[in-house]
Amino acid sequence: MATKLEVATASAALSNEEVLRYSRHLIMPEVGMDGQLKLKQASVLCIGTGGLGAPLGLYLAAAGVGRIGLVDFDKVDLTNLQRQILFSSSDVGRPKIEAASTRLRGLNPDIQIDQHETRLTSENALDLFRDYDIIVDGTDNFPTRYLVNDACVLLGKPNVYGSIFRFEGQVSIFGYPSGPCYRCLYPEPPPPGLVPSCAEGGVLGVLPGIVGALQAAEAIKLILGKGEPLVGRLLLFDALAMRFRELKLRKNPECPACGDHPTVTKLLDYLEFCGIRGEEAPAPQTSVPEITPRELKTRLDRGDDLFILDVREPHEYQICNLGGHLIPLGDLPKRVSELDSSREIIAHCRSGKRSAEATQFLQKAGFRKVLNLKGGILAWSDEVDPAVPKY
Amino acid sequence: MSVKVIIPTPLRGYAGKQESVDVQASTVGEALSSLTTRYQDLKKHLYADDGRLRSFVNVYVNDEDIRYLQKDQTQLKEGDTVSIVPSIAGGAAASNRE
Repeated sequence: MATKLEVATASAALSNEEVLRYSRHLIMPEVGMDGQLKLKQASVLCIGTGGLGAPLGLYLAAAGVGRIGLVDFDKVDLTNLQRQILFSSSDVGRPKIEAASTRLRGLNPDIQIDQHETRLTSENALDLFRDYDIIVDGTDNFPTRYLVNDACVLLGKPNVYGSIFRFEGQVSIFGYPSGPCYRCLYPEPPPPGLVPSCAEGGVLGVLPGIVGALQAAEAIKLILGKGEPLVGRLLLFDALAMRFRELKLRKNPECPACGDHPTVTKLLDYLEFCGIRGEEAPAPQTSVPEITPRELKTRLDRGDDLFILDVREPHEYQICNLGGHLIPLGDLPKRVSELDSSREIIAHCRSGKRSAEATQFLQKAGFRKVLNLKGGILAWSDEVDPAVPKY
Repeated sequence: MSVKVIIPTPLRGYAGKQESVDVQASTVGEALSSLTTRYQDLKKHLYADDGRLRSFVNVYVNDEDIRYLQKDQTQLKEGDTVSIVPSIAGGAAASNRE
């Protein structure tokens, strides 16, 4: 229990204005002056200032976490604004880290914001993490998630983990003393070819808001040392069903990172570990016959008999289309009879990846005259008709 | 006995877009095998070439990981829920990029 003297000394650390600012915390016994001072003395590193990082940063700053580190290297993009509530329309094109810092400093001028405008790598992770009490993982890719996990385990720092897909989220705390780590849950990442394709991408804008706020709550609880931290439990959230479920997580004695005989004793090359070279999974190296948007335009204008096959999903067709016949890639095998093999078929999707698969499939099925629209409807918009919206 | 298998969002596309599928099975192995017989595309997403569950896919019976029960041989009771929980990486929706 705190002695009277300690409390008196400690209370001197909040200005009168801060007392007023945090009064709704201070009057709550679970936080109180002690807790508010713990928050003020705490440091949290947020990896990523995107969908998860936005509510996280805002709530940590509002709560008075004394030092918040931000790691990001991206620029604000118009497509970010659907969910990344740290940013305004006027921030488009600005470095995220700059826009985020301005916003957080505006919210709470009494705290320190550290800007780390860099990509998190195996070379810089340990040095960056060392300086903070808690690491919060709000990244968007497997290599960085394994990197964050391993660095946290090596340094013995808690990792408040959150991850989202479409309308489903996962939250847990890894790297807590005696608790499991991310590798206990998933020893290895999925190979690039098996992760869901672009057709199933996207995210409900409010989902990262909920998951990021859950991460903020866990980070704040860790700092306060109150309540039951989400350690050894995986929280699953389904926004569509509006249902939370909780699964048990155990520390795996055979875990390569935190088990009894760890083999991960230093940081690795995580792109290699995840089977990815370069920033994203490379497109499958298959050569299918292609047609460029300009060539297609010329041939259509000439009146050539071309059958446009759109292999995207119906909801994508609603956004924009080239008037093609819609058969989603996944339905192609069972709907192939709708196609006339005597006609020349131009397959297209959004970027040309799915339609390359469709072209290959049709070739194997005996279609001789199939061409893939190079670059998809995105390239069509760039090169032929800017009136077609990009998404 | 009848058990419910919960299909996670990333795999729903391979399981008739369903949230959950009811199957008749007495072990986890039977439940998954019944599921992948019905939805063959799902198989390569759940199992590696050597027939083992992929290491980025976990299977739970109610709230317990089958790796800490009897794995595929874990017995099921009427009304149990089997959850397939794959790793997801999104945070800033990189999935928007192809």
